[in-house]
Amino acid sequence: MRSKALLLAILLLAGVAARADELRIGSKNFTESVILGELLRLDAQRHGLQLAHRRAMGGSAILWRALLEGSITAYPEYTGTLTQELLHSAPAMAGDASLGGTLRARGVGISAPLGFEDRYALGVTEQLAARLHLTSLSDLSAHPELRFALSNEFMNRADGWPGLRAAYRLAPRSIRGVDHSLGYRALADGAADVVDLYSTDPEIQGYHIRVLTDDRHYFPAYQAVWLYRLDSVQQAPALLAAVADLTGRISEDAMQRMNAAVQLDHRDETAVAEQFLRSQLPTTAAEPSGATVRAPGLASRVGRRTLEHLELVGVSLLLAMLVGLPLGVVAAKQPQLGRTVLTVTVILQTVPSLAMLVFMIPLFGIGARPAIATLFLYSLLPIVRNTVTGLSSIPASLQESAASLGLPWHVRLLWVEAPMAARTIIAGVSTAAVINVGTATLGALIGAGGYGEPILTGIRLNDLPLILEGAIPAALLALAVMAGFQGLERVLTPRGLRLRFDG
Amino acid sequence: MALTSTRIIPAAVNRKGLRPPLRYSCRTPGYRRLGFRGLILFSFEHVTKRFGAVTALEDLNLEFQAGTVNAVIGSSGSGKSTLLRLLLGLEWPDSGRIRIAGDELARSARLTIRQRIGYVIQDGGLFPHLRVRDNLALLPRHLGWPASRTLERSLQLLELMQLPMSVLERYPGELSGGQRQRVAVMRALITEPPALLLDEPLGALDPLVRFDLQQRLRELFSTLAKTVVLVTHDLAEAAYLAPRLVLMQAGRVVQDGTAADFIERPRSEFVRRFVAAHRNLPLGHAAGG
Repeated sequence: MRSKALLLAILLLAGVAARADELRIGSKNFTESVILGELLRLDAQRHGLQLAHRRAMGGSAILWRALLEGSITAYPEYTGTLTQELLHSAPAMAGDASLGGTLRARGVGISAPLGFEDRYALGVTEQLAARLHLTSLSDLSAHPELRFALSNEFMNRADGWPGLRAAYRLAPRSIRGVDHSLGYRALADGAADVVDLYSTDPEIQGYHIRVLTDDRHYFPAYQAVWLYRLDSVQQAPALLAAVADLTGRISEDAMQRMNAAVQLDHRDETAVAEQFLRSQLPTTAAEPSGATVRAPGLASRVGRRTLEHLELVGVSLLLAMLVGLPLGVVAAKQPQLGRTVLTVTVILQTVPSLAMLVFMIPLFGIGARPAIATLFLYSLLPIVRNTVTGLSSIPASLQESAASLGLPWHVRLLWVEAPMAARTIIAGVSTAAVINVGTATLGALIGAGGYGEPILTGIRLNDLPLILEGAIPAALLALAVMAGFQGLERVLTPRGLRLRFDG
Repeated sequence: MALTSTRIIPAAVNRKGLRPPLRYSCRTPGYRRLGFRGLILFSFEHVTKRFGAVTALEDLNLEFQAGTVNAVIGSSGSGKSTLLRLLLGLEWPDSGRIRIAGDELARSARLTIRQRIGYVIQDGGLFPHLRVRDNLALLPRHLGWPASRTLERSLQLLELMQLPMSVLERYPGELSGGQRQRVAVMRALITEPPALLLDEPLGALDPLVRFDLQQRLRELFSTLAKTVVLVTHDLAEAAYLAPRLVLMQAGRVVQDGTAADFIERPRSEFVRRFVAAHRNLPLGHAAGG
């Protein structure tokens, strides 16, 4: 039984490792980036190159690191983000030539502009704009009472809020950080007055938003471009051809329409991308029509994600047990070392899960492995702590009784201490498993799949049924895991421990 | 007379059909030859043991001869339990030497020594998650005994401790206090160790059960060739079970002798008062011996 589980873990790990070799495109966690990713994937297919597409992996920092580290081959980026955010050393308004040079030094190639610009901007409702006569960003400084709801990324970017605030001397009394896709909702519901937006967002039309002009020219140019690894395009020149196909062909208007088709009309990104390709590159006939558009049925989608989710939770939990149980035993036997071990696991627990995922990218790339590593670290605390508690709550007289029999420590551990602590230890593993089922949904941010995928996409598209498609199975899985461990506890608790001593 | 009735000659063991515990050779270290008669088995030489500010044993010099039954008495905190724990290597002296069969007690030998010494504590120390038979089998299994030998020995001990066979299948939580102590004695004797240490083995039992078990232990001590050190705070119990009494106070021996010595020739006012506290109890066996 134990050897089978170990074999399963090894096979799963091997599977994860094997998948690292294929060429992958990444995209950021907003619609436009996902559409661009699909465009490249479909066009590369036309050139006979099969690419995987890790959709909506996260923010710029995650994609950039994943590209440098080699777990993705290409992703769509914006020049402003590159100069302002990712290449801290580059001159603020560097020309294309010097930008290309800087990137080449890091093994990264940059394409010609795709044809549209997607700059940051701030927007207010038309109503408010009319009432307060707001047309430009300068007008905002006279109204510190306006409530700002800014996307978390914008709040913290060098080219985002901190610079903007200084350039326009803005001092709003209320600023809140929200997810980008929730900003518009906050505006529509009257929960916020000013939001940040991308100039190609379809909601600008849909929500009747006035985009305030950047009269002091604070925001740099945000030309959409492709970034790709130079070593990969040497091996797969078709990728470069596909990238070239798309440059200079996507107008701001076309991009806004594609965004609207996905976000407002709830069409599939793949279908939207395919339609655009067909209209722009009429020779796109190599691909059987509809083959990529057809979405798999609900059952098979949930089934696939369940397997992915179980892999994340199962492998991380198994590894955490392999490390955490011995660590707990050592910590229980050597209280001084034990305090150190517990302190470290507590500190690990306080690292926010998103930050932990980002830390793992340089070490493990993207996909299941960094997610498993993150979940593994989070599982350590409940497992180690409960092992220590279980072992050290065995009455001193019984510990001594075991010692006085002349049994060596490992025999005492196996026959006396472990069975007596089993209940507490299983409870710790169970806690870790249930927490993992929840935390694993964040794995979708770095392309680990699982139930988090529909949840994140659902949040991005403001699509409640899609969110539930991930949230409900995740909740059910957590309940099932808990029930499973309760059953295990009943089986593994020796009958003698359920009796009450009368003396 | 008392001494001859309780000190056991090895021939008696063989008549009972009990196997000798181990085979010895001239190269076996002393502590493995615990069963040898006439030997000074346990000896404390200038042993001092402190727990923080509390002194448990103070420059203690004491010897226990192989094959004798000894009782160490004293009020709580007199250091008498520490004596046993030192012999088992559960504690280590701050200064002085402990010898077992002539060899100085070494940390490297502590598992072997514990395996060769049976130890019974006040609440029995039985493991609640194991049936009685598995509690008994812990050490034999580790020593590689075949299950049949363990069972045979368990049945022998059941008879000796007058317990029904059904007890083997019970969990400690399903036994009465007296039965638990009997099982604890069985577990201590299962591998036929030459020495048996008992720390207040009857301390938590009600008087009737205690009375029965005292009788049982006395018969046991007189039929088995064991070096016994019994720790108790009860002078009457000590006198009933052991021909030699050692009274301790604040980590030192205040008197060492027979019960008759204690009554007729108390060596200090403390001894006189300690005996006087038990004056109404019958001290028949030892006093008359």
